[in-house]
Amino acid sequence: MTGSDATQTRHCRRPAMQPLGVDGVSVSFGSDLTEAANRAALAFRASVEGADLPGVAEVATALTSVYLRLDLSCTDHATARAALKGLLASRNWYDAALPQGRRLWRVPALFGTDLAPQLHEAAALAGLSPADAATAICAAPLRVQTIGFAPGQPYLGQLPSQWDIPRQTGLTARVPVGALAVAIRQMVLFSVSTPTGWRHVGQTALRLFQPEKDDPFLLRPGDEVLFQSVTRAEYENIRATDPAGGAVAERLG
Amino acid sequence: MAELLVRRAGPGVTVQDPGRPGYLALGLSRGGAMDRLALVEGAALLGQDCGFAVIEIAGSFLSIEAAAPMRIALTGAPMRAHCDGAALVWQASHALPSGARLELSGSRGGYSYLHFGGGIDVPAILGARSAHLAAGIGRMLDAGDRLGLGTDKGGAAGMSLTPQERFAGGVLRMVETPQTQLFPADMCQRFTETTFCKDARGNRMGQRLGFDGEGFALPSGLSLLSEAIVPGDIQITGDGAPFVLLAECQTTGGYPRIGTVLPCDLPRLVQAPAEAALRFQFVTLEAAVAAERAEAARRADLARTLRPLIRDPHDMADLLAYQLISGVTRGDDPERSAS
Repeated sequence: MTGSDATQTRHCRRPAMQPLGVDGVSVSFGSDLTEAANRAALAFRASVEGADLPGVAEVATALTSVYLRLDLSCTDHATARAALKGLLASRNWYDAALPQGRRLWRVPALFGTDLAPQLHEAAALAGLSPADAATAICAAPLRVQTIGFAPGQPYLGQLPSQWDIPRQTGLTARVPVGALAVAIRQMVLFSVSTPTGWRHVGQTALRLFQPEKDDPFLLRPGDEVLFQSVTRAEYENIRATDPAGGAVAERLG
Repeated sequence: MAELLVRRAGPGVTVQDPGRPGYLALGLSRGGAMDRLALVEGAALLGQDCGFAVIEIAGSFLSIEAAAPMRIALTGAPMRAHCDGAALVWQASHALPSGARLELSGSRGGYSYLHFGGGIDVPAILGARSAHLAAGIGRMLDAGDRLGLGTDKGGAAGMSLTPQERFAGGVLRMVETPQTQLFPADMCQRFTETTFCKDARGNRMGQRLGFDGEGFALPSGLSLLSEAIVPGDIQITGDGAPFVLLAECQTTGGYPRIGTVLPCDLPRLVQAPAEAALRFQFVTLEAAVAAERAEAARRADLARTLRPLIRDPHDMADLLAYQLISGVTRGDDPERSAS
């Protein structure tokens, strides 16, 4: 079986379209997180937005699915589903290119120390030394697979398979804004201070959501983030002097 | 600009409006008033748009001073309301003279709303004036805060309406979710036969429900990929207890959801007192859409149901003050001092 056949098989009953709530539709491209399903969701969302379908009030992506909120005062489920079905059939979404306008962000991060106290624990679960774990996380850019849960909060992936480590059974009572945490081959950068089951391995000075700014959201789905390991002194300096948290962006493609 | 001064504010007093739709893709839920119907009722009482910002009081208390003559309306969960010592009727609009002190107290839970002619004019962030506490937008009001009001285009005060009954629990209709079929059929049935009540763990993000008997957890080991979640979704968390997502919920979640409460039935959940019995009932998507449309039509027509307040002098502790706030002439009549 070729790789492409395997993808076809895995997605044989996909994409699946189902109502979500009274006024919503969910289009799922896979029940597991795969690169193809994530790309499909990102591309389909861009296409729905471009198509300007009547009665679609809002479109958002999760990791492998697209949510559409309908305005039931000017459409109904049957009409919306028919239009979406046509759009879904128009191409193979699993081999779609990534959306235009993406950016690569270089982001300084402090790994370990008392500011990111679970690096040792997470590294051990991945079978790495803490130093090698930090190096591995910084080795390649991670894609913003989706933004969700909290405002501006990215889910980043995908890390190599050794990082398929579970969430902790208990919750960390509170991680600070800018915390970098890991589980199940993904990383989350926290935009608000919150309890979490993910392990806190790094700390950045990023503020991902600044409601008072003209553009309050730093990242977009599809952007890539390359972490750069910095010392405690460098981190403290960035935090004290740079409101952007040391992040530098360049356009991709 | 007309202004009000916050003299005392209990916890959970915030500026709210219909929220900020359109930012789900960036992780920001709509937020806004917990009881969206109360916004519509207040707007009808004041003869204005239901997009204006109001004060939401979450089971707490509030005392304000009017720094100018203003029209107000009181909706949502009833409280004791006094203006300079005289009792005010809830579910009604009133005129306050300049310098009047309004005291709202005695909440028995739920969400109460104080509306102003012209609305509260705090700066809009991402297109709305509502505080979204979970997202760090805005904050709870505090003693000493001054809030400006927009221009009141004027209209009657002393009008009342009969609110849609929603202060005693009851049956909440829900539709299936993409995960409902993961729950065994007998568990879904047991869910609809169980009597729930709100437990102490509730806020603007969601409300946990208490119940007697076995929980509703799915077999362990099932892991679901996070996907979009919406207010009204009934998540079943690890301990088997239902958690109903509300205005400030997260935008994505990985817990299985047994059903989604109809938006038009959510006011009955958020306004249920702690001891009130709540039940759930599955309806088809078609029935749910029809119910939403019928409720939208009913709300659009609310202004036609207004009645002038009927006053019984025997019920009034201070007749003069009562007349003052209803807009009848006195030396410092609000209409006259405004002109």
